[in-house]
Amino acid sequence: MTTMQTSTARPATMQTPARAVYKDTRSLWERLRTNRNWLALWFMLPTAAFLILFLAYPLGLGVWMSFTDERIGRTGVFIGLENYEWLWNDSIFWLSVFNTLLYTIIASIIKFAVGLYLALLLNRHMPFKAIIRAIVLIPFIVPTVLSAIAFWWIYDPQFSIVSWSLIKLGLISNNINFLGDPNMARASVIFANIWRGVPFVAITLLAGLQTVSPSLYEAATLDGATDWQRFRYITYPLLTPIIAVVMTFSVLFTFTDFQLVWALTRGGPVNATHLMATLSYQRGILSGRLGEGAAIATAMIPFLLAAIAISWFGMQRRKWQQGSDND
Amino acid sequence: MTETAAQAKTAVQAAAALARSDDSEGMSYLESLPRRLVTLYLPLFIILVVLLFPFYWMALTSIKPDEQLIDMQTYNPFWVVHPTLKHITKLLFETEYPRWLWNTMYVAACATTLSIIASVLSAYAIVRLRFKGGDAVGVLIFFAYLVPPSILFIPLASVIQAYGLFDSPLSLILVYPTLLIPFSTWLLMGYFKTIPYELEECALIDGASRWQILVKIVLPLAVPGLISAFIFSFTLCWNEFIYALTFLQSTPNKTVPVAIVNEFVDGDIYKWGSLMAGALVGSLPLVILYAFFVEHYVSAMTGAVKE
Repeated sequence: MTTMQTSTARPATMQTPARAVYKDTRSLWERLRTNRNWLALWFMLPTAAFLILFLAYPLGLGVWMSFTDERIGRTGVFIGLENYEWLWNDSIFWLSVFNTLLYTIIASIIKFAVGLYLALLLNRHMPFKAIIRAIVLIPFIVPTVLSAIAFWWIYDPQFSIVSWSLIKLGLISNNINFLGDPNMARASVIFANIWRGVPFVAITLLAGLQTVSPSLYEAATLDGATDWQRFRYITYPLLTPIIAVVMTFSVLFTFTDFQLVWALTRGGPVNATHLMATLSYQRGILSGRLGEGAAIATAMIPFLLAAIAISWFGMQRRKWQQGSDND
Repeated sequence: MTETAAQAKTAVQAAAALARSDDSEGMSYLESLPRRLVTLYLPLFIILVVLLFPFYWMALTSIKPDEQLIDMQTYNPFWVVHPTLKHITKLLFETEYPRWLWNTMYVAACATTLSIIASVLSAYAIVRLRFKGGDAVGVLIFFAYLVPPSILFIPLASVIQAYGLFDSPLSLILVYPTLLIPFSTWLLMGYFKTIPYELEECALIDGASRWQILVKIVLPLAVPGLISAFIFSFTLCWNEFIYALTFLQSTPNKTVPVAIVNEFVDGDIYKWGSLMAGALVGSLPLVILYAFFVEHYVSAMTGAVKE
């Protein structure tokens, strides 16, 4: 999007080289080597190869596979919408859709609220600011599966440190069955997701906060604005564009999450934490029904498109707010 | 010309330094200490404790003797009495953990290098060659960034099978760039745009080819961007799970995240020590890398979002 502006902003004289005046006498090879469009083709080739072979083609193939009854070890035949009809009447599929939406909505809202709050805290003046900011990001650096394993241990039915502490404090009398009870399992998985997502939201929003000029706050304070008014009428409006982008990414990654749930519960107990991605893996790879798995994955695409549309409009709005040239 | 390059470099560095040193006091002197204690330090402390506790717990468990792990009455679980390295030595010498660690690093390093090369070329082409349809290509690459692995792993598994790459680290080396290239391209596009166009015009007039310009002028000036892209991509590779889980079958070929989830999970009640040691050892290289390159890491993360 930003490239567009760079190129249009450049003076037109620069785009039409002077050599257009005389006849081009260079050889074909010379022209292939120096012509801008040919040159760009060579430069784009590696990227195009990777993205077409391993991204665009599988994306199309996935949609095609969802219309076949392909299994592991045997090619499928076209069966139309049969996979989707089967899923339509499958209560586990609908449960996974419900879980995914619940997971995404609750985790995203809390990640946003806590992330914004943490960003506002980190933006204030304090000693050791740089170190604290660096520490905050650690949960995001450590591979999700490895921190999920730590959570698995924290959520252990017998030796959970949380249960132990609460019992010692006299708040509960029995161990909490974190991953065994359906609703408790959902809450536990969502908490682990929030834990991992908050640093990303906080640090990216902090980068946005740092671009807000302090003089705005000073002026508002002189005019008698309260803390809340300064947040509501200065911080929030200036931050909206970056919030839109960050939250779209956050929603996108939460919606398609796989590894956290797979490491913690594998979809259990009684499918209570199955997300669409984990169900797709279970049906497609473990049970070998590739067609059905692909249909579940394809069913995620409309939701993703909605998220991308929101991102797009968020960026448009940013341009509109900051004028057309926002490089 | 080198002088101009040096000037441009100092300008970029000065801007970066400016962005870093935002520790002006601002209006904070207006607040009293008790107020700051309640509104700033206390909530920050609570959030930091919650964010760091799992790591403390991970590290503590990996050095706890087995009997202290399951006896929470005689020993205080928040501390360890006679720490032991048993779990870690068992992990390193009795399991295939070093092999998994090596697999992970090898795949991450190869995939990252491939992606950075491809991204440098495509980002330069999009930003500076301004070819026909370049903007559209930029937007397409951005959309590629938004395609998640969760909807691709099933068709990719059959593509990998068809190419005969199943259960081979090469499959991951070839597939991971699809996650990394879109991100790195956008990041590098942002960096390349900050390099003055005049430098390239000078070089063109002096008879340099596009390739020479890229290698001798643009790349040296974009080193911070390259480091950012490299670090972030490497971390993404290390973290990747679903492709590695789907494509790799045999135990010695696995990467650390997949092996931890699949190989350690038996009915053993004492598994926790080695499990936590495995998680700790698998995280440490990334945390150390991060400690050295915090600035680059943060600029990679925020840069990609800002674009």
